[in-house]
Amino acid sequence: MSRIETADVVVIGAGIIGAASAEALSAAGMRVLVVDRGAPAGGTTAGGEGNVLLSDKAPGPELDLAVASRRLWPELIESLRAELGDEVARVEWEPKGGLVVATDEDAVGPLSILAEAQREVGVEAVDLSRDEARAMEPHLTDEVAGAVHYPGDAQLQPVLAATAMLTAVRARGGEVRGWTEAHGLVFDDAGKVAGVRLGDETIACGAVVNACGPWAGHFSVAAGAPIEVLPRRGMVLVTAPLPHVVGRKVYAADYVAAVASSDVDLQVSAVVESTATGTVLIGSSRQRVGFDEALQVEVLRRLARSAVKLFPVLAGVPVMRTYGGFRPYTPDHLPVIGADPRFAGLWHASGHEGAGIGLAPATGRLLADLMCGREPEVDPARFRVDRPAVIAEVRT
Amino acid sequence: MRRIVVIGAGPAGMAAASAAALHGVDVVLIDAGAKLGGQYFRQDALAAGDRFTLPRNVEHVASAAVWAIEPVDGGHRVHLRIGPADGPDRRGRAVEARALVLATGAYDRALPFPGWDLPGVFTAGAAQALAKGQGVAVGDRVVVGGTGPFLLPVAASLIGAGARVVEVAEANAAVTGWLGNPVGALAGWSKGGELVRYAGTLARHRVPYRSRSAVIEAHGSDVVESVTVARLDALWNPVQGSERRLEADAVAVGFGFTPQLELALAARCRVEDGFVVVDAAQGTSAPGVFAAGELTGIGGADLAASEGAVAGAAAAKFVGAAVEPPVRAMARVRSGRRFAAALNAAYPVRSGWHDWLRDDTIVCRCEEITKRALYRAVDERDVGGVRSLKLVSGAGLGLCQGRVCGRNVAELAGVDGTGFAKRPIASPIRLAELAEEEPVETPIDAEESGRVLGVEY
Repeated sequence: MSRIETADVVVIGAGIIGAASAEALSAAGMRVLVVDRGAPAGGTTAGGEGNVLLSDKAPGPELDLAVASRRLWPELIESLRAELGDEVARVEWEPKGGLVVATDEDAVGPLSILAEAQREVGVEAVDLSRDEARAMEPHLTDEVAGAVHYPGDAQLQPVLAATAMLTAVRARGGEVRGWTEAHGLVFDDAGKVAGVRLGDETIACGAVVNACGPWAGHFSVAAGAPIEVLPRRGMVLVTAPLPHVVGRKVYAADYVAAVASSDVDLQVSAVVESTATGTVLIGSSRQRVGFDEALQVEVLRRLARSAVKLFPVLAGVPVMRTYGGFRPYTPDHLPVIGADPRFAGLWHASGHEGAGIGLAPATGRLLADLMCGREPEVDPARFRVDRPAVIAEVRT
Repeated sequence: MRRIVVIGAGPAGMAAASAAALHGVDVVLIDAGAKLGGQYFRQDALAAGDRFTLPRNVEHVASAAVWAIEPVDGGHRVHLRIGPADGPDRRGRAVEARALVLATGAYDRALPFPGWDLPGVFTAGAAQALAKGQGVAVGDRVVVGGTGPFLLPVAASLIGAGARVVEVAEANAAVTGWLGNPVGALAGWSKGGELVRYAGTLARHRVPYRSRSAVIEAHGSDVVESVTVARLDALWNPVQGSERRLEADAVAVGFGFTPQLELALAARCRVEDGFVVVDAAQGTSAPGVFAAGELTGIGGADLAASEGAVAGAAAAKFVGAAVEPPVRAMARVRSGRRFAAALNAAYPVRSGWHDWLRDDTIVCRCEEITKRALYRAVDERDVGGVRSLKLVSGAGLGLCQGRVCGRNVAELAGVDGTGFAKRPIASPIRLAELAEEEPVETPIDAEESGRVLGVEY
């Protein structure tokens, strides 16, 4: 593949958000170069479970983005299939629905209130009795106090999804360059972004998108326009392949509170689901420990306990491996999508925390709409870069 | 109290445990086997007694799987499950120590070829273990293939167990070529005499030994019925027209060894070219972590034991024992490494094997990933690292977690394969076992661990 020397847009970061942004921009006719300092789709995107969730979001801007994204995912997969063929478009998309389970009475009230509020904004959420929940998931614990079924929740394999979108970018004349670090920006006389420095090479471009996920803060500093994006560590356990045990994405009701919290300390909340190959994935943990990758057995222990509590039948099942990664976390738990107020031509798309896979297509679309001057479907105001939680000092 | 943990009770681990214990340090020696000795000195698990004895201050924890190593303040916490791997009653235990010696050894490498997934195809190591440990031959007519001197004892063991060895196919130059060469790079190698005896056994049984040859295909509908052996050029491409079909009901293949790296990676030791990097004291890049034996390079049992002696002494010194540099063991390590380097240079794996595979040849057996599917994942999705390669191709995600296929898949895909050995859960553990609180024995004394002791020879 020939290396391109100039681009309309350079996207920094070849994870799911960078890939979706590049896909949307190249669909709008732009020539896009995507660079990543590691292997494409090898960071946070390879460290998650592939959640495409509506259920864990309270009404608000993130749910709006999630609803748009949930509609876009199957459309996007279909268009990639038409453009690139079945094999590339194979992303293990499973619209299998989610089941949120309260195992103690105290959790039932808040769960029903959340579901009611979600229904009011159009999310399908069905309150279930204990027996109805166990009819849906026969191996579920009999200690179900209440449950809500979310038919709209889905799952896909994020590395397949990201690499499929990157393949589309290449097919449209763009390029994806792994193992290439972006060191900073180059500006023209008017102070507008004119290029990006990659090692000893400079690529001329009209715009740069910071899609570095949990490392977006690092790149923003290198670019001279700091934004507040921090890593929040998570671990997943993977069992040996099993006969069918778990049908949906099943998680404990305290997951919603854990997602929304800002706690530094370890938080663990069960999320259990099967994959296409028969393994069961068990999440989720949240810790703010910087980029420390050291194994903590206590995290694995609590994951195991929470999973066995939901599905006692899993107790004897062997865990084959564990993996993990760092979610890009913003202090107000909302993604950062939009133009940097300090430098014309610098854009950010990051801070999706644990929801990046689900939010990717709508994020890419929103970014492309804003860059192309089109009317966006989702209100971009709450994701803007110059909000106090994200940017300390705004120079205009 | 001065204490170290040694993981692996083969030649390297036993030597490390003895050396540290002789310096007055308590040793917890952990091994997966029921008895001491590891793969090399495999003992009959059912026979009474143990042919090895270790100093009294060595606690041998047998039948134990180390499933995680976790950093703690001032040292390391080693998590074990003790008991038969498939049994329901494994006991949990966690041991802390300021210094670790990793001596986890290596397992033999199989290269894929069409038909390698048929019943009747064994690794040379498995065939050897069955023959030596239980007197069972893997077949009546066995072809032994691969590279390196290890093929000779494997063939001899098969003969000893009653099999007819149809042929030994060595992909590089003949082992026997340099055995008798008094000025060759391997002259004086302590194993030379043993190999001459094995070669004698093969000659007496009229076993053809062919150099620059390999089993490039196994045939059979349900089990191996015959194999194709071809001559190879210098890059291991089969020479057109040299193919011969041999009747056989079993094949034993061994293409060198792959170190068992997961615990070293968990302890954050630096790995280069597939082996743990060590200094003259067998110290790794991780403070307080020492490595010995095949982890640091493939060099056989004598070198492993010498490295173990050095590592055990260095670990003892690290935890505060008065230790004189083990100069004799260090000298043996230096000379052993020279032989090992020469041996490894004489028996490389060449890339021609990639072309032995057909499109539909399985490269990852657990997940049944074919060469075609692997190449398609690489080409169409342009993955550049092991993590994404695994997730787009499925290779290495199955039960063996890339232990069998990792190196081969990485080589085919053109990526660095070390990532395949990253297994923070180093051996499978049931969810209920994982959920259990395990007592932490002998936690590190915080005050004691505050002292930093370097090891310099």
